[in-house]
Amino acid sequence: MVRLIAFLVGLGFVVVAGWSLGNGVYAFATQPREESVEHQFHLQPEHASYSFDGPFGTYDRQQLQRGFQVYKEVCAACHGLSYVAFRNLEEIGYGEAEVKAIANQWQIEVPDIDPKTGEASTRKATPADHFPSPYPNEVAARAANNNALPPDLSLITKARHGGASYVHSLLLGYRDPATYRNKEGEPVPTEVRPGQGLHFNPYFANLNIAMPPPIQSDGQVTYADGTAATRDQMAKDVSAFLTWTAEPRLENRHRAGLATLIFLLFATVLSYLAYQNVWHSAKRKVRASGPLDPVNLAKSHEASREAGIQQ
Amino acid sequence: MSFPWAEPYQPKNGLTRWIDQRLPLPRLVYGAIGGGYPVPRNLNYFWNFGVLAGVALTIQIVTGIILAMHYVPYGGQAFQSVEHIMRDVNQGWLLRYAHANGASFFFIVTYIHIFRGLYYGSYKAPRELVWMLGLVILLLMMATAFMGYVLPWGQMSFWGAKVITGLFGAIPFVGEPVQQWLLGGFAPDQPTLNRFFSLHYLLPFVIAGVIVLHIWALHIPGSGNPTGVDVKSAQDTVPFHPYYTAKDGFGLGVFLILFALVTFFAPNYLGHADNYIPANPLSTPAHIVPEWYFWPFYAILRAFTVDFILPAKLWGVIAMFAAILLLFFLPWIDRSPVRSGNYRPRFRQFFWILMLDLLVLGYVGGKPAEEPFVMISQLATIYYFAHFLIILPIVSAVERTLPLPNSISESVLHGEDKEAAPADLGGMRPAAAE
Repeated sequence: MVRLIAFLVGLGFVVVAGWSLGNGVYAFATQPREESVEHQFHLQPEHASYSFDGPFGTYDRQQLQRGFQVYKEVCAACHGLSYVAFRNLEEIGYGEAEVKAIANQWQIEVPDIDPKTGEASTRKATPADHFPSPYPNEVAARAANNNALPPDLSLITKARHGGASYVHSLLLGYRDPATYRNKEGEPVPTEVRPGQGLHFNPYFANLNIAMPPPIQSDGQVTYADGTAATRDQMAKDVSAFLTWTAEPRLENRHRAGLATLIFLLFATVLSYLAYQNVWHSAKRKVRASGPLDPVNLAKSHEASREAGIQQ
Repeated sequence: MSFPWAEPYQPKNGLTRWIDQRLPLPRLVYGAIGGGYPVPRNLNYFWNFGVLAGVALTIQIVTGIILAMHYVPYGGQAFQSVEHIMRDVNQGWLLRYAHANGASFFFIVTYIHIFRGLYYGSYKAPRELVWMLGLVILLLMMATAFMGYVLPWGQMSFWGAKVITGLFGAIPFVGEPVQQWLLGGFAPDQPTLNRFFSLHYLLPFVIAGVIVLHIWALHIPGSGNPTGVDVKSAQDTVPFHPYYTAKDGFGLGVFLILFALVTFFAPNYLGHADNYIPANPLSTPAHIVPEWYFWPFYAILRAFTVDFILPAKLWGVIAMFAAILLLFFLPWIDRSPVRSGNYRPRFRQFFWILMLDLLVLGYVGGKPAEEPFVMISQLATIYYFAHFLIILPIVSAVERTLPLPNSISESVLHGEDKEAAPADLGGMRPAAAE
């Protein structure tokens, strides 16, 4: 009975799913497929290699400081870094006094309350503060940016597929839509070219990004450590910095991971030996006695066969 | 737990005797996982996964309780509190990554545990209730995992909650009120987050309770084994401790190595980038996908695209729930008296097609709902239902099974290790098959 009901229910699902399939196949065969413009022109980020790649990866403190400088001089005007505190900068090699100075001189002040009147005011940042947002609220941010909202960058490398490589590719990925050709050599259709206040960038999901090209020319930032500030260098440094802001515990994770693995490998080898040891004696013991012992069973079967007895 | 060959508990010293006479707890442990539980001696490594699932649940509960000490179930702060855990809580990153990936590993070992049951016929008499309690655990796990994924209140959390609770909206007449009742509003919001947190904390302990029943029910007939032949004498068994505790110890080591590899070196590989964007009810992500362990069911849900008497969406919802619920009837659908797939050549072929089918369903479930993925998901959905509801009843009725060994001990004769493995994975075929 159960099997009959099961059979009928199964037949029902097969018929209904088959009906969907049939319709799908018919539509697939008869209707012309339209490939979206995004699909035709969107590019995957180009892989860039960093010091923090791989299981032994660590951050390059010099690079993070350079990246911080790019963030401070180029990105910070529009993009917040709200999950990071000034004190965290000590982790990338700044001294206590330097961090204090960076916080104190930060271009945006921290919202506060006037201690005398209770009115809203601002004060200079301290190392304990998180990076203040460049805009008081979302409406202000949109009003200042042609109705686009500059995302907070703290987690950007974890919040986008491709991570640091994506940020790197995007920063350098601006193209002229009039002359750009994709891999098939097709030009960008006029109707999808960026409108007022938008910029063509094939690494961006919908091709047209509101952010104007932030990294314009070599030497836009003068690095404190004397590294030549090429466009590629700046894009790479800031994506490394943003990887740190998104995953500040990466080095602890890699170190702890290696220690854990070494311990686990050792423990697993030991437990394998213990397992073999326990079972080795078991096999001998079990086979040494009883009519159902495999050796005795084999003998009795052999004897029956010789005597011509069917089992 | 009354096997004639089970070793009775003998208190070793005065203290344990004193305790045992007042509270027979040592006796219970000895009979459940100690020397007092005789287990077939031919189990292969697929029998490690039950213990591994128990370990995975323990990891989830321990890391989860500590995470709950730092997490804030409030819409405006949930996302921030998770970042606080990642940055400022001592070893918080480890707790959170272990908890997030622990869920994935819990599902990996549970799915392998279920596939083992499917192949070796562990659902058959007298273990039907073990199987059904296991399915209850699976459903509870799914609910727990889904609600846990909502808690970080990222974009996928929010939109996942919206899509999944939206499924209940497909039920005719009462759908919409039910959906609002589940969410505590018209869209996922503060009440949703609060109740999901509450239930996410509660359900793992319910799972632990059902696991007790699962093991209790298992210990009445005792564990199955790769031949599917009943234990006939003490000769066929070894005590759980030390034989299977030793073997499980090794299995646990391998499991933890794989778990550590992902948790420490690719902690976000199994997740979705969009969940690092705070929830925004005004911005829909391009592709809303659940976590990977739901992909096969998500594919079945989306395979129904055309109305057929009922609306397509309702068919999808019915099919998705039916895909799991039909497993409750498996012991009565598959009536073959032979348990192990090693002795069922026809069944075995379809079993491997099913495994392939589930992989395909999982693959298309993670892809956007566009062609050709939808057509592939429809084909795979058809096979899924056909396998369990049409093919299995027929196969179990017409199949010529291979002769079974007389006893576990006898099967051990021709190669203990090889005999135990599934016949298509390097295991030796039964002697009589040649």
